[in-house]
Amino acid sequence: MSTVVNIVIYGIIMGGVYGLISMGLTLQYGVGKILNVSHGEFLMLSAMTSCVLVKAGVHPLLTFVICLPAAFIVGFILNMTLYRWLRNFSKDEATFESNAMLMSFGLYFILANIGLKIWGTLSKSYQFYSYPVKILGATIIVNRLIGLGIAIVFIIAFFIFLNKTRLGKAIRATSQSTTAAAMMGVRINKTMAICFGTGGLLAAAAGILIGMSFSPTAQIGLTNTVIALIVVVLGGMGSIPGAVLGGLLIGLVGQAVSFFDTSLVTVAYYLMIIILLLIRPKGLLGR
Amino acid sequence: MMSMLEATGVSKSFGGLKAVLNVDLSVNKGEIFGLIGPNGAGKSTFFNMISGAIPIDSGTVIFDGIKISGMKPDRICRLGLGRSFQAAKNFAGMPVWQNVLMGALFGQKGQSYAQAMSAVDEVLDFVGLNDLRDKMVPDIPLAYQKRLEMARSLATRPKLLMLDEIMAGLNPSEVGEAMELITKTRDSGITIIMIEHVMKAIMNICDRIAVLHHGAKIAEGTPEEIAASKTVIEVYLGES
Amino acid sequence: MKWSGLKKEFQYIIVAIIVIFFAFVPLFGSTYAITLSSTIMMYIVMASCWNMFSGPAGYISLASGAFVGLGFYASGFLSTRFPLPVLMLAGGLASLVLAVIIGSITLRLRGVYFTIFTFCLVELVKAVMTWYEIMVVRKRGLNVRNFGPNAAFYAMLVMVVIALAVVVIVRKTRFGMALTGIGESEDAAAHIGINTTAYKVSGFAVTAFMMGTVGAVRATMLNHIDPTSAFNMMFSFLPVLMCVFGGMNTFLGPIIGAIVFAALQYNLITKIPQIYMIIFGAIMILSILFMPTGIVGVYERVRKAIENRKIQKVGGHL
Repeated sequence: MSTVVNIVIYGIIMGGVYGLISMGLTLQYGVGKILNVSHGEFLMLSAMTSCVLVKAGVHPLLTFVICLPAAFIVGFILNMTLYRWLRNFSKDEATFESNAMLMSFGLYFILANIGLKIWGTLSKSYQFYSYPVKILGATIIVNRLIGLGIAIVFIIAFFIFLNKTRLGKAIRATSQSTTAAAMMGVRINKTMAICFGTGGLLAAAAGILIGMSFSPTAQIGLTNTVIALIVVVLGGMGSIPGAVLGGLLIGLVGQAVSFFDTSLVTVAYYLMIIILLLIRPKGLLGR
Repeated sequence: MMSMLEATGVSKSFGGLKAVLNVDLSVNKGEIFGLIGPNGAGKSTFFNMISGAIPIDSGTVIFDGIKISGMKPDRICRLGLGRSFQAAKNFAGMPVWQNVLMGALFGQKGQSYAQAMSAVDEVLDFVGLNDLRDKMVPDIPLAYQKRLEMARSLATRPKLLMLDEIMAGLNPSEVGEAMELITKTRDSGITIIMIEHVMKAIMNICDRIAVLHHGAKIAEGTPEEIAASKTVIEVYLGES
Repeated sequence: MKWSGLKKEFQYIIVAIIVIFFAFVPLFGSTYAITLSSTIMMYIVMASCWNMFSGPAGYISLASGAFVGLGFYASGFLSTRFPLPVLMLAGGLASLVLAVIIGSITLRLRGVYFTIFTFCLVELVKAVMTWYEIMVVRKRGLNVRNFGPNAAFYAMLVMVVIALAVVVIVRKTRFGMALTGIGESEDAAAHIGINTTAYKVSGFAVTAFMMGTVGAVRATMLNHIDPTSAFNMMFSFLPVLMCVFGGMNTFLGPIIGAIVFAALQYNLITKIPQIYMIIFGAIMILSILFMPTGIVGVYERVRKAIENRKIQKVGGHL
């Protein structure tokens, strides 16, 4: 019984983190048509930076204030320069989509190797509420519960942002139709850059949560990109609620499978989406 | 009279929106059949279902005695059903002649390159695009891009040709030309279904016409009957 | 099909000279030169074959690392008992089977799904192999028999000849035309009788086969392999970079790209291990932005500009 509780609670915790990463990825694709395979590197850089900052005496929660704006600004600038130029150069949407993907592939190699250059392959970690509590017979480490709480706050805040604010509405309009949104007075380039930056910010937030509870290395980027991609396909490309639901599912499945055999987790994810694509190619909540 | 296309109870919905609702349609061999209706009536969706571009929710389509509903577009094409798209879809990186060549090469099994090349000359002559044969697709006028689509479909040697608004954007003399071309195509033994907003063309060359409105067929008959139909006039004048 | 301004025959001659040049390397070159040439030839095969499918069809495959890795492991499992050609065939067939399975599931869908699946495929196969080594054989990595630098060299040379022949044949036949048609407009292609899924899956599978074979040869040059060295994103990244830099959808582009970047990597990998990757990433981005048709395209533009100037001069005299 306590095993099941353990799997479920840890599944939900991981689900929250995966939801955060995947929301960022799906936002970037849904609005800007950029399949950002360097997404996990934002997470990696933020996780490693937050660990370094905490070691230097900064309070873990304070690293959010540093890493998140930094990730946002990097994403914003990347979009305002590289992707905007590319959009202007491209003859049609399909060309842009594949070139933008290739560009993010180049970005992945740049960011991943910057991380490797600075930190090598050694892991970083710090102590933050790292003692266990008992919940329904299961042993859970407190910092993971804090992480889950923060993830939920971010997810809710993001939903409020999308649905209640002017900017959020502009973003949703752009994701429906760029041309229509432009005619309604939405500033497309700025909106897209904000989305890309926000995507980076969400990845960075997930990165700090990973740094808080686990021992990240400079190599975690790719793994997390793959997970985010799988979650996004599972939930439906471009669907934000789909990303949260998919994250939760992947988190639960991942914990359940790793109870039997950790090294089969990726296989289980892949099988899940293959089956899904065969019966419902649009994803769970895809339009 | 032999029937070329027999659609029974064809339906399609996107999410909650019912785009095409239980449409029956029967087109005879050698006919020019017109499909009209206001924008959003489901005409192009109907075409897409017949040609296999999108799956049918329910209903069956029999083409020349063979059930084609559920087949993929390439098989339907090789059975002899050609079409053009509402927004012209051509191979933009190829010259005009090569677009037609693609149709000739792949439209029927076992076409040699030489056979296909002679089909290209024949078809380009037939539709009157010979002067533009070496031009790249983006360099020819939009109205001719639709004609190129028709040429490409003709090169696949169809028995039935479905034309989606092939006259959009043409001036009156070009419309006359297009009408002539369509009649000529029919006279060469190809059955035609056309979606068109140019009423003059529809009324003049079609043998029979069906009217779609909100996804349902509301009328069918000869041009005279359609012109006299009260329901049709109401739909077009918006007095619903 | 673009032939990049240069006459077809002239391009064939250039490539023939390059291949003949490589063929003579073992007679005069050092072991260093032989290994370098083998590496370059591996990338010529990979880049040319990647370009053969993803170039015209527009479906970006990031799975090269998975196929090369399967080739690695085919060699790892079989090298003690079988000769090199058998290893190559095994690696090629394993990759082909995987490509057919993945292709028939994802190539029915929009291109972005294909890209995502192929991207994740490298990690998936790596995970399976790691699981196998940890749980089943309980030993990390495999030793691969080395057939000597010359054997690997000639195997690569044969693969280059085969790969380039396949590329030319595909370009010249309706197979290539169908792939181009799919890339230009998939709907139009399907509606003139092209079985799009069949063409896409077979194009992808041929590419995978070729990558599996060179992967098998590559492994024999390394003595020891493990999942990390076999299923490496680098192998997915480099062919794309080579094509983008050299010129996608051209015959010469991937070959030029392969020579440039394989040689660079070979020399930089030990000197500035991470920094060269950062530079490669930057070159990729800059190439996409400023050379959308690659080096071959730049050459073509320069040539046209010069021709135009000549015409203007003549016009001035009149």
